[in-house]
Amino acid sequence: MADLWIQFLLTLDATLRVAIPLILCAMAGLFSERSGIIDISLEGKMLMAAFAAGTLAALTGSAIAGLVGAILVSVMFSLIHGFACITHKGNQVISGLAINILASGLTVTLGIAIFAKGGQTPMLSREARFSSIELPFAEAAGAIPFIGPIYKEIISGHNILVWCALIAVWLTGFVIFKTAFGLRLRAVGEKPEAVDTAGISVSGLRYRAVIIAGILCGIAGAYLSIAHGAGFVREMTAGKGYIALAALIFGNWRPVPALAACLMFGFLDAVAARLQGVEVPVIGQIPTDLILVLPYVLTVVLLAGFIGKATPPRAIGRPYVKER
Amino acid sequence: MNKDALPRWIDIGLLPLINLLAALIVSGIIIAIIGENPFVAMGVMLKGAFVYKGALGYTLFYTTNFIFTGLAVAVAFHAMLFNIGGEGQAMIGGLGVGLVCIALDSLLPPFLVVVLAIAAAALFGAVWGVIPGWLQARRGSHIVITTIMFNFIAASVMVWLLAGMLMAPGQMSPETRSFAEGVGLPQIHDVLNAMGFSVAKSPLNFSFVVALLASFGVWVLIWRTRLGYVIRATGHSERAAIYAGHNPAYIIMIAMAISGGLAGLMSLNEILGVQERVILNFTSGYGFTGIAVALMGRNHPVGILFASLLFGALYQGGAELDFEFQTITREMVLMIQGLIILFSGALAYLFAPLVARIYFRLKVPSGGGDG
Amino acid sequence: MHKKTLSDTGGADTAPPAIYLKNIYKSFGAVQANKDIDLHVSAGTIHGIVGENGAGKSTLVSILYGFYTADRGKTEIFGAPVVLRSTADAIAAGIGMVHQHFMLVPNFSVLENIILGHEGSSSLQAGLEKATKELQNIADKYGLQVDLHALVQDLPVGLQQRVEILKALYRGARVLILDEPTGVLTPQETKQLFEILRSLRAQGVTILLITHKLKEIMAVTDNVSVMRGGEMVAHLETQKTSPEQLAELMVGRPVLLTVGYDSAEAGDICLQVEHLSMRDDSGKSCLQDISFSVRRGEIFGIAGVSGNGQSELLEVLAGISALDAGRVVIGTTEISADNPATPAEVKELGLAHIPEDRHAMGLILPFTAAETAMLGYEERGAVSGRSPFLSPDKITRHCAKLMTDFDIRPADPNLKSNLFSGGNQQKIVVAREISAHPDILLVGQPTRGVDIGAIEFIHKQLLALRDAGCAIILVSVELDEILNLSDRIMVMNAGQNMGILVREDADVQKIGLMMAGLENTGNIATSLASEKKGGKHE
Repeated sequence: MADLWIQFLLTLDATLRVAIPLILCAMAGLFSERSGIIDISLEGKMLMAAFAAGTLAALTGSAIAGLVGAILVSVMFSLIHGFACITHKGNQVISGLAINILASGLTVTLGIAIFAKGGQTPMLSREARFSSIELPFAEAAGAIPFIGPIYKEIISGHNILVWCALIAVWLTGFVIFKTAFGLRLRAVGEKPEAVDTAGISVSGLRYRAVIIAGILCGIAGAYLSIAHGAGFVREMTAGKGYIALAALIFGNWRPVPALAACLMFGFLDAVAARLQGVEVPVIGQIPTDLILVLPYVLTVVLLAGFIGKATPPRAIGRPYVKER
Repeated sequence: MNKDALPRWIDIGLLPLINLLAALIVSGIIIAIIGENPFVAMGVMLKGAFVYKGALGYTLFYTTNFIFTGLAVAVAFHAMLFNIGGEGQAMIGGLGVGLVCIALDSLLPPFLVVVLAIAAAALFGAVWGVIPGWLQARRGSHIVITTIMFNFIAASVMVWLLAGMLMAPGQMSPETRSFAEGVGLPQIHDVLNAMGFSVAKSPLNFSFVVALLASFGVWVLIWRTRLGYVIRATGHSERAAIYAGHNPAYIIMIAMAISGGLAGLMSLNEILGVQERVILNFTSGYGFTGIAVALMGRNHPVGILFASLLFGALYQGGAELDFEFQTITREMVLMIQGLIILFSGALAYLFAPLVARIYFRLKVPSGGGDG
Repeated sequence: MHKKTLSDTGGADTAPPAIYLKNIYKSFGAVQANKDIDLHVSAGTIHGIVGENGAGKSTLVSILYGFYTADRGKTEIFGAPVVLRSTADAIAAGIGMVHQHFMLVPNFSVLENIILGHEGSSSLQAGLEKATKELQNIADKYGLQVDLHALVQDLPVGLQQRVEILKALYRGARVLILDEPTGVLTPQETKQLFEILRSLRAQGVTILLITHKLKEIMAVTDNVSVMRGGEMVAHLETQKTSPEQLAELMVGRPVLLTVGYDSAEAGDICLQVEHLSMRDDSGKSCLQDISFSVRRGEIFGIAGVSGNGQSELLEVLAGISALDAGRVVIGTTEISADNPATPAEVKELGLAHIPEDRHAMGLILPFTAAETAMLGYEERGAVSGRSPFLSPDKITRHCAKLMTDFDIRPADPNLKSNLFSGGNQQKIVVAREISAHPDILLVGQPTRGVDIGAIEFIHKQLLALRDAGCAIILVSVELDEILNLSDRIMVMNAGQNMGILVREDADVQKIGLMMAGLENTGNIATSLASEKKGGKHE
C-alpha cells in the first residue's frame, strides 16, 4: 500500500516535470493570443531556445549564460513573428509555421556546424545545468509516513526553473487581470480599434505581448536542455509547443485553467511513460500510444463544443488595419 | 491599394521571385556564418539536383510529392481554409493504400489492386480532410488547430497500427509486409528504357503523371467550373455565398475532401512507387512543404508546378550536401524552406511598396491608379 | 435656450477658436482626399460639417483626431499650434471623438471601457476606484447617467453612445467630434442626443457634428461648413441657410430632394407574410408575429431604427434565415418552419434581393466585376447554364451588357470589384438583380454609402421596376428614402410590426413615434390599407 502511494507520488512528480515546459509555453501563448496574435510558433521558439541554452551552457559552462542566451534567441524569433504579423500584417499562422520549420532546420544545421555531433550539443556537466534544489529536511520528512513523501517527492527536489514556471502562472494572472497593462492587452485582443482611439499604440502593445511570449518560451527551452535534460537533442520539443497551445485553448485563454490543462496533459504523459510495456490483466499490454494522443483528441473534442466551449479573443488572427 | 494597382506580372511573377531571392540570400548568409561558401554550396546542390546521372529523376520524384501536397493546400486556400493537415492526410492515404494492397493482393490481379489502391489513397486522405472540414463547418472549430491535432492523431494511429496489428510477422521494425509481386506503380525509367531511350535508374514513377493530371484537374476545377467558382466565392465571403444560394458548410467539406484527397495521393509516390509496403514516417514533412509550395506558387497549379520543381531540386540537391560537406547537411533545406515560407507567405508584400515605387517612377505617364 | 455661452459672451472675436485649420492637404496615393481645407470653429458652439460620401469629411475628422497626419497645413486648438501625429496627441490637445462605429470592448464593463488607456495607475483596482468618483462628477454635471458596472454588450446603442461621450469627457475633451452619430438612433433618441449636445455646449464644450443629414444640421448646429470633392465649399451660419441651399452646395448643382413619385396601380397580392416569428442564434426573439402582404406594382417600405428586425425580416424572406413560426407565401408556395426554403429555391420563385451589406453579401470584392455580376445566377443561361463548366466569354459579355444598360463606370468587366466606387459597386448589384426580371425584389439600404447621382439613378430604377409590375420591399434607415418611394410603409420596433401606413397618412412625427415603439396604430392602418388597396384593385 505504501509502495503504491509512493508510486503515485512519483507519477505526480513526473507530471510536474513534464508539465513545466507546457506551462511556460501556455503562459507565453496566453500573452500573445490575448493580444490578438495567434502563436503556433511556441514550438519553434522553444526549440531554438533549448538549442541556444544547450550551446551556450556547453561553451561557457554556465547555466545562467545558457538561460540568458535562450531568452534572447527566443525573443529574437518573437520579434520576427511580430515583424511579419504586426508590422507587415502577414498571416499569423503562416508566420508561426515558418518559424517552426526554420527552427527545425536551423538548430540541426548550427548544431552540426558548432559541435559536429549530428545536431546534438555535448552532455553538460553539473555546473552547466540548473540542478535540483533539495529543500531543508527533505530526507528527514520523507520518513514521516504518508504525508512526508509528499514533501520529499513532489515539493522538494526541483530546479529553479520549475519554481519560475509556477510563479509565471501567478504573475500572468496578476498582470492580465490586475494591471492597467493587462486591461489594455485584453482590450487589444478583443477590439484593437478601442485601444487605438484611446491613443495607445496597438502595435506597441502587441509587440510587448510577443516579447513576453518570447521570454517565457525561452525559459521553457532552457528548462528542456539545461535543467530537465543535460544537453540539446534534435527535435527535443517533440510537439510540446502544440500541446501547450492545446492546453491554452483548453484553459479558455485563462492562466489557472490553462495550468490545470497542462498538468492534466502532463499527467497523461507521465502515466503513459510508467505504463510502457506493462501488462495489465484482462486488457493486456496497455496501448500507451493511445494515451499519448489523448491531449490532441480531447482538444479536438473541446473545440467541437462537445465538452464546454472555447471562446477565443475576438480579434485574434486579424491584423489591425486602420479604417479610413 | 498599391498591391492592386500593380500589373499582374509583377504581382504573380516578380514579387515571388524577389521573395525567393530574399530567402536564399538569408540562407546564404547563414551558410557563410557557418564558414562555408554559399555559392559553392549552391553549386553542389544544383549539380546534385540536375547534373549527376539519375539526379533529374530523383528531383522529379521529390517534385511529385510536392505537387500533390501543394495542390492540396491550394484547393483549401481557395476556400480560405488553411489546411495544415496535409501530413496526416498523406499518412492516412498511405494507410488506405496499404490496407487495400494487403487485403486484396492475393485475391485480385495486380493491375486492379493498384487501381483500387489509388482510389483508396484519395478516399482515405479525403476522409481525414473532411472531418476537420466538418468540424469547422458544423461545429465552428478552427481548422488550423484541428488539422494540427489531426496530424498528431494520424501519426499515433500509424505507430499503433504499424507496430501492432499491421506489423509484418517476424519483423522488428514497425512496417507492413511487402505487397505481392507486381503490386506497384510502373517506374518511369523502365518505361522509357523499354521505349528505347536510355535513362538512368531513379525512383521516379507513374505517380508523376498522376500529379500532372491532378494539376490540370485542379486548374479546371478552380477556374473553369461552377463548383470552383463557388469554392472561391465561399472563400472570399461566406455570407455572399449564402446570399447567392450556396451552402458554405457543404462547400467547405467538399473543398476539404478534395484537399485531403490530393494530399492522400502523395502516398502513391512513396508507398506504391518505391516502398511497396507501408512504413512509418514516409511523409517526412512533405505535407508541411506543401504549404511553402502553395504560397510560392500563389495557389495556382502552374505556380505550384514551378515551386514543386524548386523544392524537388532543393531536396535532391540537399541530399548531395551530406556527401560534399562536413558541416552542412540536408537539414539546411529545412531551414531554407522555413525562410521561404516566411518571405513568400507571412512577408509576401514586404517588398511590394518598394517595387511599386520603382515601377511607378519608371512608368510615369500612363500608369497610376484611376482615383 | 442660450445660444451663446461663456467664452462668446465676452466677445466672439477675442476668444481664440476651438479649432482652426488652414490649408490642410491630404492625399492617399493618387487620390486627393482633402484639398486646401480651412475651418474655423468658435469655442462653445455646435458646428456642423455636411457633405456627401467621399466628400472628405471622414479624412478631415481623422486628421483632427490624429489618425492621419496632414500632408501640409496648419492646425490650432484654442489658439495653440499643434501637430497631431497620433490619437494620443489629439487627446492631449483636448479633442474627443465619438465614432460612427463605437470603439468599445463589448465584454468589458462601462467603467473599464472608459478608463482604457487612461487608467491613471499601473494597478487596475486603484485606477478603477479613482475613476468611479471622477465619473460620478462628470455624469452629474452633464446629466449623463450610465451604470458603470454593466457590460457594454448588454447596453442598448443609445446608452453605448452615451458611454462614448462620457469616455471622451473623462479623457478631458473640450472639443467633441461626433461622426454620423444618429445613424443608429430613433428620432426620439436623436432628440435626446441633441439635448445632451446642447447641455454640453452650455457647459462650454465645443462640438463638431459630422453628418450627411441636412435636417440635423438645421436642428442643432450654430454654424455649418459644407464639403464637396475634398474641398470646403462654404461656411455658413445655420440660421441664414436652408436645406435646399446646403444640398445644392453639397452636390454642386441644384437637386430635387425627392424624386418624382407617381402613384401606381397595385395588382394582385404576390407575397404574404402571416404571423412570422423568429429567434436569433442566441435564442433571443428578433421577429414577433409579423403579418403583411405585398402586391404587384407597389413599393412596400419598411422603416425602423437599424437593428429592430428589418435585416432579419429581409433575410427570412430571402431564404437566408429560417423562420420559427408563421408562414410566408410567395405566389402559391408556402414557406414555414416545417417547410423551409433556401435562397436558391426562393430565387426560383421569382424573387431577387439587393442585400443591405453590399460588401459582405452583394459583392465579392476580390472578384472581377464579371465574376461578381454572376453571383447567385451561375446556373442561368446568360452565364453557364446547367453545365458544370464555365465559359469566361459568356460571363464577360453578360457583365459588359449590364455595364452598358446601367451606366456602370469604368465599363471594364475584368476590373476587380473593390476598385469601383461605392455607387458603381451598388449599381453592379442593382443591375444584376434587376436584370433577372424578378416578380418580387427585396431591397436593403439601396443607397447607403452611395453618392447623390447614383442615388437618383437607383431610385428611378426602382420606380420603373415597380411600374413594370414588380413588387418591391424596401428596407431603409433613411426615413426620407422610405417616404419618397413607398406606396405603403410598415414601421418596425423591437422585431414587431408597429403598424402599416399608407403613403398619404405617413409623416415623420407619426413614424418616429412608431419607430420608438411608443404608438401602435397597426391594426387600424393595416385594415384601412387593405380595404383601400383592395378597393382600388376591384
